[in-house]
Amino acid sequence: MKPLISEETVTTLKTKAEPALTRRNFLGLLGKGVAMAGAVIGAGRAVSSESVGVHEVVGAKRAFQQNDEQYAESVRNPPKIPNYNWNDRQWAMGVDTDRCIGCLRCMEACKMENSVQMDANHYRTWVERYVYLEGSNNAIVDSQTDPKNIENVGGSETKFRFDNRYKNVKVDKAFFVPKLCNQCEHPSCVQVCPTGATFKAKDGPVLIDTTYCIGCQYCVQACPYGARSFNEARGTAEKCNWCYHRITKGLNPACVEVCPTGTRIFGDRSDPQSPVSLFIRNNHVQVLKPEMGNAPNVFYKGTDKEVV
Amino acid sequence: MGIFANATPYVGYVYPNETDVAWSQLIVIYPYITGLVAGAFVVSSLHHVFNIQRFATISRFALLTALCFMIFAPTPLLFHLGQPTRAFNAVITPHWTSAMAAFGYVAGFYLCLLILEIWFAFRADIVAMSKVRTGIMGKIYKALTLGSDDVSAASLALDHKIARILAMIGIPSACGLHGYVGFVFGSLKTREWWSSDLMPVIFLLSAVGSGVGLVIVLYVLVSKYRKEPISDDTMRGLLYVMFTGIAVVMVIEGLELLEMVYKAREGVETVMALIAGPIWVGMYIQWGLSFFALFVTSALLLFDVHGKRLVTWLFISGLSMMLGVLAMRWNVVIGGQELSKTMKGLLTFYPEMFGRESMLTVLIIFTCPFVVLWLATQLLPPWNTAAEHE
Repeated sequence: MKPLISEETVTTLKTKAEPALTRRNFLGLLGKGVAMAGAVIGAGRAVSSESVGVHEVVGAKRAFQQNDEQYAESVRNPPKIPNYNWNDRQWAMGVDTDRCIGCLRCMEACKMENSVQMDANHYRTWVERYVYLEGSNNAIVDSQTDPKNIENVGGSETKFRFDNRYKNVKVDKAFFVPKLCNQCEHPSCVQVCPTGATFKAKDGPVLIDTTYCIGCQYCVQACPYGARSFNEARGTAEKCNWCYHRITKGLNPACVEVCPTGTRIFGDRSDPQSPVSLFIRNNHVQVLKPEMGNAPNVFYKGTDKEVV
Repeated sequence: MGIFANATPYVGYVYPNETDVAWSQLIVIYPYITGLVAGAFVVSSLHHVFNIQRFATISRFALLTALCFMIFAPTPLLFHLGQPTRAFNAVITPHWTSAMAAFGYVAGFYLCLLILEIWFAFRADIVAMSKVRTGIMGKIYKALTLGSDDVSAASLALDHKIARILAMIGIPSACGLHGYVGFVFGSLKTREWWSSDLMPVIFLLSAVGSGVGLVIVLYVLVSKYRKEPISDDTMRGLLYVMFTGIAVVMVIEGLELLEMVYKAREGVETVMALIAGPIWVGMYIQWGLSFFALFVTSALLLFDVHGKRLVTWLFISGLSMMLGVLAMRWNVVIGGQELSKTMKGLLTFYPEMFGRESMLTVLIIFTCPFVVLWLATQLLPPWNTAAEHE
């Protein structure tokens, strides 16, 4: 049997106060990165040979997504990340809702990058559309999951589009709000997890050890933001981890990377010059549902009273 | 596979992940079964602890009932877990900030307590059987005596005392077990429909109501089957417990609803729409049957009814209470998830009929305790020698 902690990682984590966190907590999660590389190669082949859209189904597998063997391998043999110390970072995200155009490339990128289930009931990130019709005091809200949006793209749950249902009505105000896990300072999902399979990493994100999760779904109930879902195929909980396999290598999360308008801002709050530190300092920012006491780490600029 | 093959239909706006309802009908019968355990245990304790003689006839039967249902209390959870083989992770490495982490310990402790109490309550019979029976059953009874075949008066008095102490520990444990189940729901700030300080109390009291109902129903049915007379005194005693249970639980459930509506926090109109919408049938069954049982038991008390009419009507109200509480569990567990966390939308949950997490599973799991109870009464007849134990 392979040792659970590799030597390099021990060196990296030596400075840490609680060694208990090192084993499954820290490493089990990082698995996806390596397997992803394989997945991209495999999917690239599929795309070039069959000229289908990235969001189309290729055989039984999805293009760009991890297949089951790759997933198993990534859990068995997590990648090593030398020179990363989670005590040095404090990741945070900003969302400038004024910039969002509702193109949903973030949702698509997330589903591809993280092998999220390709149906309209499981998301790590999504975008909400708020529309005030003329004379109305309340917004009408929908997301890609809305059946009309799915029908609009011929019934496909993997083409991410909003329909154009408001083209013949007068609209007072409309805007989009991207949502994702808030990686709270006081995460209720971590509080209720009976095994400790989900935990708050030192550098901010709330992670899940999918090899330890029992699939009770108490965390799904406890999240005030609806950010968690249940992966039936794997029998474990599922959530956004800000692409932990990417940010620990100095990359941006996939949703931030693909956003064409700069709606999503990501960075290290311990660096005062990082994009997210500047965003928080230079704008009036809010968090979602502050009354829950979860102290979210996703900061919104320009939200509205109707935003849930 | 059409669009949304797995999705739950909804109105208004719900978070996309909510369209996959997390806790199904299995989580409805889990608190229901533990509730029946708590109720049956209370009935047996009324004799064992408070020495109320009218419950002597059924106290040991109620104890066996409690055990047989307790054995199956964790099964719905196992069927529901995404990774049932890892269930013991919660026991081996409990994460103590989670209410759920305590389940293995609370349930395990209570199960041991029940088994111990039953052994002390039945020891004299086991010893007698081990002397009378031959063959394989003789060996089984011999083993069950655990080598203790002293049935002197002093020894029996000690048995009685220990059983009593265990029953005394059992009352707070049974309350704890069920109060804990209420806490699992009531402590979640996320869901308006669950997040109430009254939730553990409501769960506990309705548990007593449904458990007493179960004991009444089983006592009547088993007596008919055994062609034995039904003790009028016992039925009157059960009537008192039943009436108290229903009256108190209805008041507290009413208060909980009233508080929610009166406080009228953001989204209260969605709460009202939930009651009028997805769970209206459940609410009618819950409240209708509760009121019915309350009226019947009130009338039985008021007109001092005895004999056959008491048996018939108490049986009917016991059954109503069982169904009413089952509906209440549905309204809480499923209703809470049908009310979106956005407070701007409602979902409608349709249970699966066949499959791992289906109505069929629920039916099978719920049949098991009755079968095991029948076997248990064959092994340890709770009736004939009850008089000796007084």
